[in-house]
Amino acid sequence: MKPETGERRRERLDRGIKVRTEGIYAISSWEEMNYLLVPRLALIVGMLILPLAMPSMYWQRVISIVCIYALLALGFDFLAHFVGLVSLGGALFIGVGGYLAAILNTSLGFPIAVTIPIATIGGAIICTLLLLPALPLRGVYFAIVTLMYPLVLLRIIEALNILGGTEGILGVASFPNRWVEQYLIILMVIVSLFGLRRLVNQDVGLVFRGVKDNDQAVKASGLSITLYKSIAVFIASGLGCLGGAFLAHIYMWAGISQFALDFSILPIAATVIGGGGTLVGPIVGCLILVPISELLRAFGTLRIVFYALILTAFIVVRSEGLMVYAQRKYHQFERWVRV
Amino acid sequence: MKLEPILQVKNVKKAFGGVQALVDVSFSVNEGEIFGVIGPNGSGKTTLINCITSFIRMDSGKVFYRGRDISHHAPHKIANLGITRTFQIMRPYYSLPAYKNLIIPLFSPRAKRTGGWRGGGKLGDRDAVGIDILEEIGFERDSFVPYKMASSLPTGYLKRLELARCLALRPEIIICDEVFSEMDGITLIMIEHRLRELFRVAQRVMVLNFGEKIAEGKPEEVMEDEEVKRAYLGSDRSLDEPSEGGKG
Repeated sequence: MKPETGERRRERLDRGIKVRTEGIYAISSWEEMNYLLVPRLALIVGMLILPLAMPSMYWQRVISIVCIYALLALGFDFLAHFVGLVSLGGALFIGVGGYLAAILNTSLGFPIAVTIPIATIGGAIICTLLLLPALPLRGVYFAIVTLMYPLVLLRIIEALNILGGTEGILGVASFPNRWVEQYLIILMVIVSLFGLRRLVNQDVGLVFRGVKDNDQAVKASGLSITLYKSIAVFIASGLGCLGGAFLAHIYMWAGISQFALDFSILPIAATVIGGGGTLVGPIVGCLILVPISELLRAFGTLRIVFYALILTAFIVVRSEGLMVYAQRKYHQFERWVRV
Repeated sequence: MKLEPILQVKNVKKAFGGVQALVDVSFSVNEGEIFGVIGPNGSGKTTLINCITSFIRMDSGKVFYRGRDISHHAPHKIANLGITRTFQIMRPYYSLPAYKNLIIPLFSPRAKRTGGWRGGGKLGDRDAVGIDILEEIGFERDSFVPYKMASSLPTGYLKRLELARCLALRPEIIICDEVFSEMDGITLIMIEHRLRELFRVAQRVMVLNFGEKIAEGKPEEVMEDEEVKRAYLGSDRSLDEPSEGGKG
């Protein structure tokens, strides 16, 4: 035995691997069940009481906007960290979904219960077809193409004066009341989050991750990478179009500002802050960034400066992302031991 | 009656810019044969595989699989026919554990049809089939090795994992790009740069140099070929001598 020197050091221990496998061990005791359930329940319950906790109608509306950004960020994280496609197409998805829902509602007279599902699926099909030629591209090249599309569509609508031109499509039906609006979109975010988390660990999800790690080997394994990339783009753009359709119904309007670059950039910032590759991180990132951006409205044009400062601070202090850090801390415990 | 060869390569040509990587290469491989392709660095071995499996488009020439023209099939279609390949530079799916690496080939239409490596109808639990294949190829089932992340495996295991990825498709032909292994019952095309190991297993060998086929035949005959000696050693030294100054 070494003599004790009186010095102490901090020891880090991983929680047993059995607890985290989420298999049969997870239900072996209450302690282990809680270990898995509490963080998930905290998120779900937290999301559900958010609208009730908001002080005013204005802030309740902000929660809806947070959720729309959260859907986009979820799609971005899925594409970037599980399929290897860096997409700047948030604005494209929002615009296509929004315009589609508006047209279905105003021209064809469909109710919200019909416009939102059709705009989601139909919009995802349109976006996937538009992005099909870009699918062989990787990394920054794919990003450039996805960034270009919303700009092109915006100019086309402007120049040809179609779909309401610069005025947009007015008179889109609103939700019956604000509770339906909020709980519907919150529910969508929760379902999408847990659905995607499940998907990436299924066998088909492993194929997506394989495409990210080594697409040549996926080809050599007899799978078409174009097919799987387009399925992934379909899923991500579906999430975005869902958000876009909601946005059109919330604002009762679809216009060219739905092709604004905010929808492409903010989800990426949220993913960086929240922690990429966790799927929860982007949602947490949106919950932080969107309200901050609203609070900063008081500063007028200086808003963007403060916004940039906060972003930079986050990236410098917690470059790995909040949720990556939080998950690591949760799965480890620390204690002081005598040396 | 002569048996039809399983794979026929006819007059394949490929140029990268001004560099003629493959100059009119033709050969054929019979079913169940172990066929070796050797040649010094830059002689066009890997380009040849890439052309056969359509990973790059050849300038001209044709590839026949069981008499069927597959020259312009997409790479994944060729893999689904049962022609699989390994890669010279091993890049497993780093973010997945070793056995989960095999889920991806087992997800292919071919594996669904053939039932994976052991065959026999329906493909059951892919995880279990994956671990079976890994055990077959030397990953100890009861150790932690099959469950380790692919990024933490040593080179030997990575080579095996490459081969396991091919086996998961229940292939008819495996084209090995500089991987070393013996396998029975399957047609094997081996691309090697090192002569000794290849000559020990191959039944027939083809030698490439500067994209051109310079010799083909039984390993003993090829070893005696003057042109092969010159290509490998730049002299008339015998290939049996240890080639400390040469390639290897």
